[in-house]
Amino acid sequence: MKKETAKVIKKPLEVKKVPSFLVSISTVFLGVLAGSILILMIGKNPIKGFERLLFGAFSNVRRVGNTLSMSTQLILMGLSFSFAYKTGLFNIGGSGQMLMGGIVSTILGHYLPSSMPKPLYVVIVVMAALATGALWGLITGFLKAKFNVHEVVSSIMLNWIAFWLCYDFIPRFVKDQAIAVKSKPLPLSRTLGTEWLRNVTGMSTLNFGFLFAIIACIVVWFILEKTTLGFNLKAVGANKYCAEYAGIKIHKSIMISMAIAGSLAGLAGLTYYCGYSNLMEMGKMPNEGFDGIAVALLGNCSPIGVFFAAIFFGALKMGKGSLAATGIPTELADTIIATIIYFAATSILIASFWKKVFKKCYEKKLAKYEGEEKK
Amino acid sequence: MNGIWDVIKIIIPGAIAYTMPILMGALGGLYSERSGVTNLCIEGLMLFGCFASAATIVKLQALGMDYTLSIVCGICVAMLASMALSYLHALASIKLKADQTISGTAINMVSSALSLFLAQTITGSGNITIVRGIVRRNIPLLSKIPVLGPLFFSQTYWTTWLCLLVWGASFFLLYKTNFGLRLRACGEHPSAVASAGVNVHKMRYIGVLLSGVLSGLGGAVILVTYAGEYNSGAGINGLGFLAISALIFGQWKPLGILGSTAFFGLFMTIANTGRVIPGIANIPTGFLGLFPYLATLIALILSSKKSRAPLASGQPF
Repeated sequence: MKKETAKVIKKPLEVKKVPSFLVSISTVFLGVLAGSILILMIGKNPIKGFERLLFGAFSNVRRVGNTLSMSTQLILMGLSFSFAYKTGLFNIGGSGQMLMGGIVSTILGHYLPSSMPKPLYVVIVVMAALATGALWGLITGFLKAKFNVHEVVSSIMLNWIAFWLCYDFIPRFVKDQAIAVKSKPLPLSRTLGTEWLRNVTGMSTLNFGFLFAIIACIVVWFILEKTTLGFNLKAVGANKYCAEYAGIKIHKSIMISMAIAGSLAGLAGLTYYCGYSNLMEMGKMPNEGFDGIAVALLGNCSPIGVFFAAIFFGALKMGKGSLAATGIPTELADTIIATIIYFAATSILIASFWKKVFKKCYEKKLAKYEGEEKK
Repeated sequence: MNGIWDVIKIIIPGAIAYTMPILMGALGGLYSERSGVTNLCIEGLMLFGCFASAATIVKLQALGMDYTLSIVCGICVAMLASMALSYLHALASIKLKADQTISGTAINMVSSALSLFLAQTITGSGNITIVRGIVRRNIPLLSKIPVLGPLFFSQTYWTTWLCLLVWGASFFLLYKTNFGLRLRACGEHPSAVASAGVNVHKMRYIGVLLSGVLSGLGGAVILVTYAGEYNSGAGINGLGFLAISALIFGQWKPLGILGSTAFFGLFMTIANTGRVIPGIANIPTGFLGLFPYLATLIALILSSKKSRAPLASGQPF
């Protein structure tokens, strides 16, 4: 009998490593906990609140479609941030890149002849959005590489420059006569949506952008993991002096990385303003630039992680509309997102907590094993 | 000639009013970065100060408190609230050795979301408007000086003098006292300071908390001088990031940031009052609006190449 138990307990080789997945889940848990405390503080029932959130995000096909369509931008913005982050750059300028991609595709949507076949039209606007975003990102990269301007500060300035450019361009090129502060709505045939997708998902805003986002995930994964370019970029991010010594051109890498990050954000602008929505508002800075950072950090900057983190945040953002009935301010969702990033920033603490837990488990197992050996 | 003088008389007092919040934010950043902690959350801290003072002033005035007294209370509460928020940044970046850029970004998001959340619970909408800000006053005697009087001593807010006083005191504190020397050394070579028996962590905590206090003051000054309302949609229009740019442009020195914030204040005023200035009145609002940010970008290009940031800024100790 004793011998049999000894067989079952094997000698543990080493302490289990903390998977990044576990850290992300813990961060989400802490964020939700903080949200619950906030709800309790204003005297409401947190369980009811989260029930409403889930209800708003997933209760029927249309809501699921809307959630996915909201996640589309978040996936692209998350990818944008992650890509730059792998090269050691902090792309906080996603909002500006997104606005520029959005305004160019909106203008194209209005000015391209309506007789143009849709596939050709989609190819043109996608290219235009990618190129504009890339240009806007490249400015930041160029300033960083050539003039040593900190990318965070320069991209924030570019955000506001994009904001004011849109403020000028919307009334100048695509003015809506009825509502002065918005652009003319694009007809369905000029957005990324189609009749078919609408019918299938019960008139939700789901559009082809979601497909583009999935493709972008795969492309980013491919570039980072399977190409020399990706290897170079990651080497610069890991240790730029070492990379320079190995013969990698740092300045070029920084510019390429920012351009690709910008193009992803530009595409997000297309999916947001010509897919999720069909118009642009004057004087509105999209929040997605900052939410993208949250998505990337929660998803550990890997394409697959970004994908799921974006769906999670998309559900939070879509579900918050249903909170109004409970009397909880809808900004709860944003507060939870913000808290999650704070915990993601301090994830070392969470990782070390789990490390301790794993070590205890290991020691327990080892003691048990040794105890069995002695017998 | 008379026309130009009138325009200058509008622009300069306006520019001074715009400069003071940016100066306070930049000075806050100076304390933090000189002690060795990169602080990108000036924007969030200023916004939170703006919100906290707005909420306090509205509540106190509703209780029937005197205008001036409630404004003073509002400013104090703003300083404390931002300090509490900056403690989160200090905790993450000093004790937990987190990435300071990410932590700063998180604080910015926490600030905008939390202030909006609280504003919704307190007033039911995203905006808090105060009935009346600070009354502008002429300084006796000094306002009678020709040329300088109307530009600098007429129609001033008392907070302007408070901010200048804080700036002067900071200059003295940083360059003329032991404490200042230690704080600056923590940002350059923390291990040397530690070997001299100074508690580096404590100095850095002080630096970050002071940045919270000053940014809170800056945010409150925005509210009680020219803004008059906390607006969740517009926030503070990136003034906190302008403050960080001013810090870089001013080369992390008190005198430098006074000059650079005055420069930004001037551009902000020109952008906001462009309608009344002959010659640029025809420029569309959008282009006037992007003007200060473009100017900042150009200023950064000119100054960043030879920038000398505190050596240890951004590195956990």
